[in-house]
Amino acid sequence: MPGQELTPESFEQAAASLAQAAAAGRSVHPRGGGTKDDWGAPVSAPDLVLRTARLGRVLEHNVGDLTAVLEAGVRLEDAQEQFARAGQMLALDPPLGRDGQRDATIGGVLATGDSGPLRHRYGAPRDLIVGITVALGDGTIARAGGKVIKNVAGYDLAKLFTGSFGTLGVILSASVRLHPRPEAAATAVGTTARPETLATAAIALASAPLELDCLDVAWSDGRGSLLARSSGAEPAERSERAAALMRAAGLHPVEVEPEDHELWERQRAGQRSAGAALVRVAARPSELAQVIAACEAGAGRLVGRAALGSSFVELDPGEVARLRSALPGGAVAVVLDAPPELRAELDPWGSGEGTALELMRRVKARFDPAGACNPGVFVGGI
Amino acid sequence: MPVSARLLGRLEHICGGEHVLTHRHALATYRSDGLAQYQVTPAAAVLPGTAEQVRDVVRACYEAGVPWVARGAGTGLSGGALPVSDGVLIVLARMRRILSVALEDQQVVVEPGVTNLAVSRAVAPTHFYPPDPSSQIVCSIGGNVAENSGGAHCFKYGFTTNYVTGLEVVLSDGEVVQLDRDAPGYDLLGAFVGSEGTLGVATRITLRVTPMPEHVRTLVAFFEDTAQAGEAVTAIVSAGIVPGAIEMMDRLSIEAAEAATNAGYRLDAGAALIVELDGPRIECQARFEQVAALCAESGGRHIRIAAGAPERELIWKARRAAFAAMGRIAPAYYVQDGVIPRTRLAAVLRRIDELAAEYGLQVANVFHAGDGNLHPLVCFDAARPGEPERAEELAGEIVRACVDAGGSITGEHGVGVDKKAHMPAMFSECDLDTFQRLRCAFDPLGLANPGKVMPTPRLCGEVPGPYREHPLERAGVAERF
Repeated sequence: MPGQELTPESFEQAAASLAQAAAAGRSVHPRGGGTKDDWGAPVSAPDLVLRTARLGRVLEHNVGDLTAVLEAGVRLEDAQEQFARAGQMLALDPPLGRDGQRDATIGGVLATGDSGPLRHRYGAPRDLIVGITVALGDGTIARAGGKVIKNVAGYDLAKLFTGSFGTLGVILSASVRLHPRPEAAATAVGTTARPETLATAAIALASAPLELDCLDVAWSDGRGSLLARSSGAEPAERSERAAALMRAAGLHPVEVEPEDHELWERQRAGQRSAGAALVRVAARPSELAQVIAACEAGAGRLVGRAALGSSFVELDPGEVARLRSALPGGAVAVVLDAPPELRAELDPWGSGEGTALELMRRVKARFDPAGACNPGVFVGGI
Repeated sequence: MPVSARLLGRLEHICGGEHVLTHRHALATYRSDGLAQYQVTPAAAVLPGTAEQVRDVVRACYEAGVPWVARGAGTGLSGGALPVSDGVLIVLARMRRILSVALEDQQVVVEPGVTNLAVSRAVAPTHFYPPDPSSQIVCSIGGNVAENSGGAHCFKYGFTTNYVTGLEVVLSDGEVVQLDRDAPGYDLLGAFVGSEGTLGVATRITLRVTPMPEHVRTLVAFFEDTAQAGEAVTAIVSAGIVPGAIEMMDRLSIEAAEAATNAGYRLDAGAALIVELDGPRIECQARFEQVAALCAESGGRHIRIAAGAPERELIWKARRAAFAAMGRIAPAYYVQDGVIPRTRLAAVLRRIDELAAEYGLQVANVFHAGDGNLHPLVCFDAARPGEPERAEELAGEIVRACVDAGGSITGEHGVGVDKKAHMPAMFSECDLDTFQRLRCAFDPLGLANPGKVMPTPRLCGEVPGPYREHPLERAGVAERF
């Protein structure tokens, strides 16, 4: 039977469609903007694609409370435009798509746990979501959390569903915390050809009391740079301080860019690959030089969050296995973008199965006992 | 199943006889946590010294079918560490080692009994650990993890859950799992933090620390009433300013705190607002002038700016003393922990005033104004017949007013036993059943901290449906797609 596609207009419709499919033993794949549709382990075409396109309303924007409630299908870009009109933002800036696509939705960003340079200061999606509404395979519509930024009542299922790749149920809406949108910003950029120097400078900047918005690295073709963004009342002064620290750490040249939009757009774009492979690496921040060395050995290029140890390496698909073995012990390397051949050949999630895998299987079994929700795409075949 | 002599023997073998308490007098200390109105004597208390001992204790309980409750420093305010009478209390107070400090990675690894303040001390003077519950001198990191503790600085810096990057957890069957923020898979770390001891016990905790701000400025402004002070809060936050802390006290709590501390708070004011900015010096200066101006514009009279560290300490002393100082106003009080959307502050406080008048009781208010977390203190005299019951009822009404305003029954103290009856005000049966799915995945027999969080006991059935792991899958021979 060819795959069916449904675009529900309400939470109840979405839950009913999911429940019907699950009861019939069919697999269901939720889809937002479709910009990360191939992430995860390769699976055969789903029986039902549940599109969130008509769950596209901003249900609440509580300006005075700096919170919002968004349906899953809201395009992140549209939401940001609305928040910006009130001088606010959702501090979440992942790439909005590959090849100029800008269709990433809030549901898709949450389901994949994707983020961008602002993660340095504001955290990942799991740190910004304060409540969630989901549909489960038996048709249950459940809520967890709330719409206030501080709340410890009940289990934090918003975090559980964030990054779960649609394998526990379908995200219908999310409550998020917003932040003031900075009126002015500037970025200090320092350059070097030595990975060790870049790593030392990154630690110096990460340890400085500058309250940077973003602290990123970039590396390609034997050269790298450190990018430190300040915003607020006096961004220029802080950028100069960041620049001074970079010089002291041996970066050269070092410049302050008041018009930094392009710089950061490039960092975000570096988190995607059209054609090659894109691997997300998690290591200790102090292992940056080793991660760069492993990237260089595979003729790759890298962008990343210096203080978080999170890097994105783009390289030839044939080099992924070697990259993985060259990374420091304990590092995690998850393949995001990749041609289908590579995805079929190696486990995108990495081979090291943690001690928590059995527990994750039990969680999956409790939330989706029919095994209908995006089966097989997740860690360990979940 | 009651605790048998055989189980006690095993516990003594695991932890050493001196670390297993069964005598009524020895157990008296552990009958309650920071919420003394609930008291239960456990069948036994054990004080393991290592993660392996914790694992073995939990496994022994599992094999005997005996429930257990983990306890840190016992400072919790929701009865989350209240023992069960036919179970074992696992006291983690002996596990106080700081296992590693790696400032280059902004990371600290600790055992669960380490105090909150000890983490900040271990990384001083360059760094600090931001979530700072007011019990931080004694409260344990393990307890903070269980409760997802907040504090005065979490509006800007976030909560415990934003700082825990790794956990070693003993599940209720004695299995040990590592939960890591960066590991692929479900965010079980996020689900565990704040689960109030019902999903297992953390034996090793990895925390992120952050650079110490280079500059701090503090002021306290006095207002006509809380509504006016609330306007100042809105004005500050709307200006895009994120204070390190922003705390409000009403007339009654000012009176009590001032009597206890002589901090120089104005007794003719209806509300006091403490605003603290921290961060890069120049940013802090610019914003601080703005804050002072906004306080004045909102009607703030008598704005007192701390000239230095001693004066800042004095301003905070009064705020921190507010709870304890209530003893001067009333012999006893219930403290609530409701949260409201900040913009509903004036309306909810008005409702609280109405309710207080209706019940003929005094309610003092102290709150974390930035994130809308109220701590109404419902005063009562237990010697007056019926008054404790009335106070409890009033406290419940206040919680419901918070939920009605779009808020939460608890912002940082946890549900525990104290607020579980209020869970249905916030969550439907479907929501609660969905919570239970998580619980069942972690602890199908319900041995870990039973009777907490959920309003009514729920059992876990067998995993329904076709997804049972195939033996070949378990052996890693086949994968499921």
